[in-house]
Amino acid sequence: MAEAVKQLPRIVIHEKLCKACSICVDFCPTNVLELKGSVVAVRNLEACTRCQLCDLRCPDFAIQVFD
Amino acid sequence: MSATTAAKKKLSVPFDYDKYLRPGKLPHIWCPGCGHGIVLKSLLRAIDKSGLTKDEICMVSGIGCSSRTPGYVDFNTLHTLHGRALAYATGVKLAKPELNVIIVTGDGDALAIGGNHFIHTCRRNIDMTILVYSNFIYGMTGGQFSPTTPVGALSNTSRYGNIEPVFDCCDLAKASGATFVARGTAYHTLELERTLLAAIKHKGTSVVEIIDECPVYYGRNNKFKSVTQMMEDIEKNGTVSVKQADKLPPEKVQGKLLRGILHQVERPEYCEGYEKLIAKAQGKG
Repeated sequence: MAEAVKQLPRIVIHEKLCKACSICVDFCPTNVLELKGSVVAVRNLEACTRCQLCDLRCPDFAIQVFD
Repeated sequence: MSATTAAKKKLSVPFDYDKYLRPGKLPHIWCPGCGHGIVLKSLLRAIDKSGLTKDEICMVSGIGCSSRTPGYVDFNTLHTLHGRALAYATGVKLAKPELNVIIVTGDGDALAIGGNHFIHTCRRNIDMTILVYSNFIYGMTGGQFSPTTPVGALSNTSRYGNIEPVFDCCDLAKASGATFVARGTAYHTLELERTLLAAIKHKGTSVVEIIDECPVYYGRNNKFKSVTQMMEDIEKNGTVSVKQADKLPPEKVQGKLLRGILHQVERPEYCEGYEKLIAKAQGKG
């Protein structure tokens, strides 16, 4: 059976809620995120393993990972 | 689809916090990196797992950064005087014993100005869940040292280092008679969720001390470079799970705070005893 094309997750960042504390950036095990000015941005979506540590540790309800 | 993929699929659907939050209240007032938001999210997930409806919960708080929590959640809420959250909560629980009362309070609020209410609530064993957010400082009033500020730590009122010994919230609760005593951290957020769920389900006074970080006052005063460093030094490396503590060599446990459920016993609950007393006085008992 042919291997299915790897589906990428969808990372939603609520920019109005993000306070750029960098918790998600620092705790991401695969360095998916980066700080861009006063908000967090996705740098390397392919590396995301859907572990959701960014969502769990975000104090500001500002980031969500959808499958 | 195998069971593992199904589990992974289930995990990757983000939790819908909005159903427990009052619309339009976010962003919250907590500073960037403050652990209170992480703890609130763990609490909302635990409440969701407990199966309680929003109307069955009453959240009571005193004054402080942590005590702003009831402003954001869509439960029955009560924001009261400094240190007096437990006194109000006792009133709520006695008037409406069917409510699940959750008290959100800080280390200064619960252990300093509210110390007396704290020990007597634990002594009575009233069925409520007390969450003590311990960030080692008074954040809202400008960074004064609190009963949990470690010896030697700097704060805006201990410029040469704090010389006061620390109150151990969990030991105090246990000695006062609380029937469920636990500790969690904002770093170990899933473990905290499980601890909070057990605390909510417990019949009797449940005290959960939650170690989180105040990057603005405690962090800057004590030369922490970042929030991440605070979380790793204080919460990750400064604590050890109670389950692992027995297996680890003593030098790895010494000086660290224990995490997890530290004490759980059964004891008659106050509201039930009170109802029996009423029935007896009315000649029905």
